[in-house]
Amino acid sequence: MNGIHDLGGMHGLGPVDPETQEPVFHDQWERRMFALLMSTFAGGIYNVDEFRHAIERMAPAEYLTTSYYEHWLHSLERVMMEKGQFDRAELEAAWANVAEAT
Amino acid sequence: MAGHDHTDPPSDITLRVKALESLLLEKGLVEAETLDAIVELYEHNIGPKNGAQVVARAWIDPEYKARLLADPTSAIAELGFSGVQGEDMVVVENTPEVHNLLVCTLCSCYPWPVLGLPPVWYKAAPYRARAVSEPRSVLEEFGVDIGDDVEVRVWDSTAEVRYMVLPERPDGTEDLSEEELAALVTRDSMIGTARAGQE
Repeated sequence: MNGIHDLGGMHGLGPVDPETQEPVFHDQWERRMFALLMSTFAGGIYNVDEFRHAIERMAPAEYLTTSYYEHWLHSLERVMMEKGQFDRAELEAAWANVAEAT
Repeated sequence: MAGHDHTDPPSDITLRVKALESLLLEKGLVEAETLDAIVELYEHNIGPKNGAQVVARAWIDPEYKARLLADPTSAIAELGFSGVQGEDMVVVENTPEVHNLLVCTLCSCYPWPVLGLPPVWYKAAPYRARAVSEPRSVLEEFGVDIGDDVEVRVWDSTAEVRYMVLPERPDGTEDLSEEELAALVTRDSMIGTARAGQE
C-alpha cells in the first residue's frame, strides 16, 4: 500500500537527530502502550498485519505530526473497534472515566 | 449513532492510553501482571548488550562467525537470544570493502532479540527517508568516514526479515578478552551508523 508511511527517499524532512543516552521509553504511557500491543499480539486478538494496516490508514498529516507510540495507540484503538472487542461508546466512556479520575 | 455527538479523545496522551488499558483490562483481553512483565523484559533484559556478545564471539571464534553468517537465527539462538522480531535474522558483515547500513523505510522493523527496541531517530521520518537516498551523507553526520572506494549497502527491513550488522573488529584489539571486545560493540555499530569502538 502506497502512502505517507512509505518515506524512503522523501526530501525535506530535516536532519537525523540522534539523542545521546536515550532511554528505552520516554514516558510511562509509552511503556503501557508497548505492553498493550505486545500483550494483545500474544493473546491472538491482534496481529502485525492488522497493526500495520491501521497505521497505514492514518491521515497523512496526523501520521507525520504524531509520535511513534501514538501511531500504536491509534492502531490498537481502531483495530479493537473494527474487530468488535469494544465499540466507540465504550471507548468514550473509558475516556470520561479517566478524565474524571484525574 | 443517531443523535450522538462523538466525544473527542482526551488531549493528554497519558489519559488516552490509560483509558485503553482500563478497557482492555475490564474486557479481560489483557492482564496487568503480563503488561508489567513485558515492560520489565524490554526495558531491562533485552538490548544491544545481547548483540554485542554475538559480535564479540564472532570476532574471536571463526567457526562461530561462519555459522553466524550462514544461519544467523540459529547462531544467535546458541547464545540464548531469540524470539519476537528476530525469527528470521540476516547478518551482514562489514569489511574494508563494504559498509552495511540498516533502515526500515516503512516503519521501525529492527532485530529486537539482539538490539532491543529501536531508538527514536531510527523510527523517525528523516532517517527513514534519507538512509536509502543519501546513505553516505547520513553516515558522515554520524561521524562515520566512508572512503569513496568503499561500497555502501543499505538493507531495508521487512516485517519478517531482520538484519544486524557485524561490524569490523577494531585494530589493536588482539589482546582483549571476549568481554572487553563486547564492550566496544555499540548499538549503532550493529545498525551501521557507527564503527565498533568509535567514540
